[in-house]
Amino acid sequence: MTERAIGGQGASVRLDKVSFSYGETSLAFDVAFAAARITAIMGPSGSGKSTLLNLIAGFETPLSGRVLIGGADVGAEPPAARPVSMVFQENNLFAHLCVEQNVGLGRSPSLRLSEADRAAIADALARTGLAGKEKRLPRELSGGERQRVALARVLVLDRPVLLLDEPFASLGPALRDDMLDLVAGLHAERGMTVLFVTHQPEDARRIGQNVVFVDNGTVAAMGTADEFFAGTGPEAFRRYIGVSALSRDIARKRT
Amino acid sequence: MQRASDPRVTAGIVALVAIALLIGGAFAGLLVEGGHDLSGAWAAFDPYLLRVVRFTLWQAILSTLLSVVPALFVARALSRHPRFPGRAFILQLFAVPLALPAIVAALGILTLYGRAGYFSGLFSAIGGQGWPGIYGLSGILVAHVFFNLPLCVRLFLEALQTIPADQWRLASQLGMGARPAFRLIEWPTLRAALPGVAGLVFMLCITSFTIVLTLGGGPAATTLEVGIYQALRFDFDPARAVALTLLQIALTFVVVLALTRLGANVVGDTNLPVAPRRYLRVSGSEASLNTALIVLALLFVAGPMAATVMAGLGADLGRLAGEAAVRQATLTSAALAFLSALLSVMLSLALTMARRALALSRRTARRTLLEHATDTGAGFVLVVPPIVIGAGWFLLLRHAGDVFAIAPVMVVTVNAVMAMPFALRAVRPAYDAASERHERLCAQLGIFGWARLRLIDWPTLRRPLATAFAFAMALSLGDLGVIALFGSDSVQTLPYLLLARMGSYRTQDAAGLALLLGVVCLALVLAADRLRKETVVRD
Repeated sequence: MTERAIGGQGASVRLDKVSFSYGETSLAFDVAFAAARITAIMGPSGSGKSTLLNLIAGFETPLSGRVLIGGADVGAEPPAARPVSMVFQENNLFAHLCVEQNVGLGRSPSLRLSEADRAAIADALARTGLAGKEKRLPRELSGGERQRVALARVLVLDRPVLLLDEPFASLGPALRDDMLDLVAGLHAERGMTVLFVTHQPEDARRIGQNVVFVDNGTVAAMGTADEFFAGTGPEAFRRYIGVSALSRDIARKRT
Repeated sequence: MQRASDPRVTAGIVALVAIALLIGGAFAGLLVEGGHDLSGAWAAFDPYLLRVVRFTLWQAILSTLLSVVPALFVARALSRHPRFPGRAFILQLFAVPLALPAIVAALGILTLYGRAGYFSGLFSAIGGQGWPGIYGLSGILVAHVFFNLPLCVRLFLEALQTIPADQWRLASQLGMGARPAFRLIEWPTLRAALPGVAGLVFMLCITSFTIVLTLGGGPAATTLEVGIYQALRFDFDPARAVALTLLQIALTFVVVLALTRLGANVVGDTNLPVAPRRYLRVSGSEASLNTALIVLALLFVAGPMAATVMAGLGADLGRLAGEAAVRQATLTSAALAFLSALLSVMLSLALTMARRALALSRRTARRTLLEHATDTGAGFVLVVPPIVIGAGWFLLLRHAGDVFAIAPVMVVTVNAVMAMPFALRAVRPAYDAASERHERLCAQLGIFGWARLRLIDWPTLRRPLATAFAFAMALSLGDLGVIALFGSDSVQTLPYLLLARMGSYRTQDAAGLALLLGVVCLALVLAADRLRKETVVRD
C-alpha cells in the first residue's frame, strides 16, 4: 500500500516476457498497457484473459519475466501491496459484513476506522449511489448493488490501476450499461488505468479506449477500440466477434 | 500467493507436532519398557495372549456379521417404504447409539437382559431354568449389534438413496418385482457399500473397550484392549502390556490399511436426505415382512434406551445429586470434556487451515509431505487407539513418579485427539467453502493473521466450530478409556464413577448416573446436529 497515488494519475502496466503455466496449458505475455486509459481485454473462453489479470494483481506468480506497474517491478509483492484494486465476477463482498464494513476494509484490513476514513466511505457510497444502504448485508442487495459496493471500495482503496474481471457479466443489459457508465465516470474523475475483461463487444465499444485481444494464451492483437470495431481489426478478432455482427452493428457473443 | 510463512501453516505444524508428541511419547514408553525387559516382553507371547487375539478377532467377526447382514434387509425395507409411519423418528433414533456413551448402553443392556434384568423372569420361564444373564460373548455381541446395526442401516440406506429415481421409474415401467429389483438394482448398490461399512464395523469392534470391559465378565472373554488395561491396572505386568499393545497396533494398522483401500467412511456419519419416493409398488406379503423387520430392529435398538430411562428414573436421583462424589465427578467430567473439546476444535482448525493454505500455494498436482500430514494427520488416531496411547504414557511415566497425577492431562489430550476425525468433518468443509469465496479478496485487501481470524473466519466458522465442539465434548464426556487406566479416587469422571458403582453392585446409583450421562451426551449431539443443519440452511 506504499504506492497509493491519492487522486493521482493512473500507472502504466507492463508484462515483460512473462511466462506462466498451469497443467498442460502454457501462457506467454509480453504487453504494455497505456497509463490512465480504459483497455478492454477480449478473447475466447480459456484464452488466458483472467490469468492475465491475476498475474498483474499478484494472485498468480509468473514462471519467468517481470510484472511492472508504474515502471516498478512488483513481482515480489503480495497482492495487497501492489498498487492495484480488482473487482471479480462474484464473491467481492463478505456475506456477514454490512455494506459500510465491506467498503471500510478497503481503508483498514482490520476495520479500525478513523473519522476521516468514515467520511471517505460515506463519500464513496454516495458516489456509487448507495447512500442510505450502509447497514445492509450483501444478501439484502441486488446483484448490481453488490457490484456497486465493490466499486465503492475501489474508490476508498484509491489505487492507480483498476482490474475488472467480468464483474457485470451476470447483470441485464440496461443495468450493465449503468455500471459501465459508472466506471467511465470514476475513470474520468480519478484517471486510473482500467483493464477490463469482457465477452461483450458492445461493452468494449461503450467505454473501451483500447482493445487487447487475447487468444491461445498470448496477446494476439492490440489497438484502439475505433480500429477494432471499424472492421479493420485483426482477422482473428473479426472471426471471434463475427463479421456479420460488425457489419450489422449488432454485437453478440459467439458460442 | 501464499508463502511458507503463512501463519496458518505454522498453526498446522504446531498442531501436528502436538499430536506427534502425544503419540511419540506413548511409543517411547513402550520402547523403553520393552527394551528394558526384552526377554519378558518376548515371554509375554504365551498361549494366553494367543487366546486373547483369537477372541478379539472372533467377537469382531461375529459382531460384524450380526450387524451388517440384518442391516442390509432393514435398510432395504426402510428404502422401500418411504411413507412408513414414524420413519423419520426411527432414523433419528438409529442415530442415537452413535451419541450414547458405551458404558450407558452396556448398563441399559444389562438392565434389560442381565441376570436381574427386566426380561430375566420371561427368559427363565421359557428356558425352564434360572436365566444366567448375558455376560461373556453373548453380552458383547448384543452390545456391538446395538451400536452398529443402526449405524449400518443408516449407511446402507444412504447408499440406496443414491440410486437415481429414473432407475425406479424404469423398474416399475418394466413391471420388475421385488426379487429382480433387488438383484438388479438394490444389491449392486449395497454390494458397493458393503466392504466399507463392514470394515468400519469390524474396526469399531476390535478396538471396543468399554463394552468388553463391562459385559465380557472374565478372562474367557477378553480382548487386546481390555487385556492391556488388566495387565496395567490389576496384574501390573508391563511386559505383557507391551506385547498386547504391539499386537493391538499391528492389528489396527492392518485393518485401517485395508479400510483405506476400500475407501471406507471411517467416521461413520451419514447424511440422509428426506426424499421419499412414491412410485414404488410393494406387494402385501413383502410389506408385512418389511414391517416385521423394521419393528424388530426398532425394538432391539429402542429397548436398552428405554431400559436406561426407566431404571434411571427409578433411582434415587435426589440423593445422588446431593452426593459429594457425584458432584465432584460431574464437575471433573464437565471441566475435562470442555478442555478436551476446545483442544480438539483448535487442533482441527489448525490442521484445516494449514491444509487449505498449502493446497492453495501448491502449483503442481503433487502434494508435499506436510500437506499429506495435515490432511490425514487425524488418521493416526485410528491406528493408535486411546488405550494404547494411555498405556504407553502410563509405562513411560511410572518411573517418573505418580502416574495418576497426570490423569487430567491424559484424558484431555487423548480425548481431544480421538474426537478430531469428527471435529474435522464439521470444520473442514465449512472452512474450505469460506476460503473458496474469501481467499482472493483477503489477499487483495491485505486481510491476514489476527484480523482475518477475527473479521472473516470467526463469523463464518462460528457455527461449524460450535458443532465440532459439542460433538467432541459429548465424545469426551462419555469416554471410558484413558480414565479407566489413569482414574483414581482423586480424579474421577462420571463414566469412571459409573463403572465403580457397577463394580460394587450399586445398580440403582449406576442407573441414575447412566441416565444423567446419557441425557447430557444426547443433548450435546442434538445441539451439534441442529447447529449443523442451520449452517446448511444459512448457506
